[in-house]
Amino acid sequence: MAIELKRRLGGIAGQAGSIAVTLFGLLILTFAIGRIMPNDPARAMVGEDASPEVYRAVYEQLGLDRPMWEQFLLYLRDVLQFDFGTSIRSGQPVLHDILHVLPATIELATFAIIFGASFGITLGVMAAVNKDRWPDHLIRVISLMGHSMPIFWTGMIGLLVFYAGFGWVGGSGRMSQFYIGLVPERTNFLLIDSALAGEWEVFRSAINHIILPASLLGYSSSAYITRMTRSFMLDQLGQEYVTTARVKGLSKRQTIWRHAFGNIRVQLVTIVALAYGALLEGAVLIEAVFAWPGFGQYLTSNLLIGDMNAVMTCVLLVGVIFIGLNILSDVLYRIFDPRTK
Amino acid sequence: MTMSDTSRATDARRAMPQSLIALRNICVFLARTPTSAFGLIVLGVLIFTAIFAPLIATHDPYVQDLQNTLAPPDAAHFFGTDELGRDIFSRLVHGSRITLTIISLVTVVVGPIGLFMGTVAGYFGGRVDTVLMRITDIFLSFPSLILSLAFVAALGPSLNNAIIAISLTAWPPIARLARAETMTFRKADYIAAARLQGASPARIIWKSIVPMCLPSVMIRLTLNMATVILTAAGLGFLGLGAQPPMPEWGAMIATGRRYMIDSWWLVTFPGLAILSVSLAFNLLGDGLRDALDPKQMMKR
Repeated sequence: MAIELKRRLGGIAGQAGSIAVTLFGLLILTFAIGRIMPNDPARAMVGEDASPEVYRAVYEQLGLDRPMWEQFLLYLRDVLQFDFGTSIRSGQPVLHDILHVLPATIELATFAIIFGASFGITLGVMAAVNKDRWPDHLIRVISLMGHSMPIFWTGMIGLLVFYAGFGWVGGSGRMSQFYIGLVPERTNFLLIDSALAGEWEVFRSAINHIILPASLLGYSSSAYITRMTRSFMLDQLGQEYVTTARVKGLSKRQTIWRHAFGNIRVQLVTIVALAYGALLEGAVLIEAVFAWPGFGQYLTSNLLIGDMNAVMTCVLLVGVIFIGLNILSDVLYRIFDPRTK
Repeated sequence: MTMSDTSRATDARRAMPQSLIALRNICVFLARTPTSAFGLIVLGVLIFTAIFAPLIATHDPYVQDLQNTLAPPDAAHFFGTDELGRDIFSRLVHGSRITLTIISLVTVVVGPIGLFMGTVAGYFGGRVDTVLMRITDIFLSFPSLILSLAFVAALGPSLNNAIIAISLTAWPPIARLARAETMTFRKADYIAAARLQGASPARIIWKSIVPMCLPSVMIRLTLNMATVILTAAGLGFLGLGAQPPMPEWGAMIATGRRYMIDSWWLVTFPGLAILSVSLAFNLLGDGLRDALDPKQMMKR
């Protein structure tokens, strides 16, 4: 027992160490990206017309005259204190800006993953059950299609058809122009805020606006979920207990959903957690198309004007979220799968 | 000729027909699967179009015709004209060259980097392996588009920088694969024999390990091409890849966006082009995965 505990603690310590090393590497990478950017941050801060003295002062204040390793240590110190610098454009701390826009993206990504997971898992099970028959081939094409679409293009076509054509969904933005500023910002999750304020009109408008981008994003992420579900299910369906269950007289549906599907739930949880992280990538593009005021918009708009602090922090944050989701899916696997105990 | 050279030569001679048979099997398998065959055909069309672009295009892709802007598709302009009166069909045809350039340059850059990192890490193991794989993990902890965005921002937006940025983000999976392959035959007798004859690690890696990793690395590169194409198009769309007036498909969608509501053809056709090429790679990759799956091989 004691040996077992020691082994597990050792495992956790080793993992924590490797996470720390990866995080450190992440910081080196973001620092390098920030430093090779062609923009001169001091110049960007003081403007073109500033006198050489003022420029010099800001240059030294930012620590740009010091050697590179010293600058990196300064950056490290700031990051450890959660100080990510000030955005050149807004004049606000970068962290404040990002926390302001992040809920919009989380809202979008969460809706997308709910859609993507339910769609992908259903298709995956159907494909496995009908392996090598026409539904399997059809599902393969449907899911590969979702994986191959340039999502910014699908977003436009979606707007063209469902917004401009049929008028079924709201256009770009999180809600109609008309309602902007009507709901007090508490959590910045629009659906929660509008529900809290009792503004059901706004709530409906928000649902109307989120449905198209979220389902397109979800569709694009469902390809991976479908593929994994299919292969997990095929593993289960090939095993003898499935035959036994059928021989015992269980219906096909019960065998598939209760027995085989029950056994792959753990694996699916980890897959969905990883797919959630991958959604961030599509979110950057879909936010650009739908003028969605989220994290992706913030990143791309600051990239184009060369706001170094903002870009470095965004990249760092995405890296941290990715590592976090990896750890989370690992932990979930350990908790839910009795065999890992 | 040294001993190791002779033994390698016989090894190669013995291995050659085997791999040729495997290659033929794969081709037969792909041709028999309708979806993969479709992928092969689309890629064939893409390469053909890129080579003969000036002959296929009906107009000059850069010549503006301000008398005839935003014209809907008709017999003279198959896919209509854009906001400057340029023929969209001809721009798409010439754009295939850009797509093909991106694909081949990324392959040429990513293959060697991934092979180097992977084989060195796998061959030496121990601390070298830990360090190199840690670096790989750091690059892997980003979605590829976001890391390329950051790199392009740092380097400045242009097609070349987009290719560099995509390459910088695309090598880690290759390195992982090459490492795994190397680990499986690092302890093989022929490697030990080469080492006993005094071959340097560099020589062993280059002459004995790299050739063994090559087939699976090539397949993996094909599988990644769909992602590469989508990332490149995404960068073009965000204005960080190929710059106007280059007929890059993603950039064409970005400029067509303003006229989208009234002139649907501006965004529809470039998007279909991107979709079909990336779908083709995905279908082909899917087929390759099946063709190389040992379980499937047994059944045949």
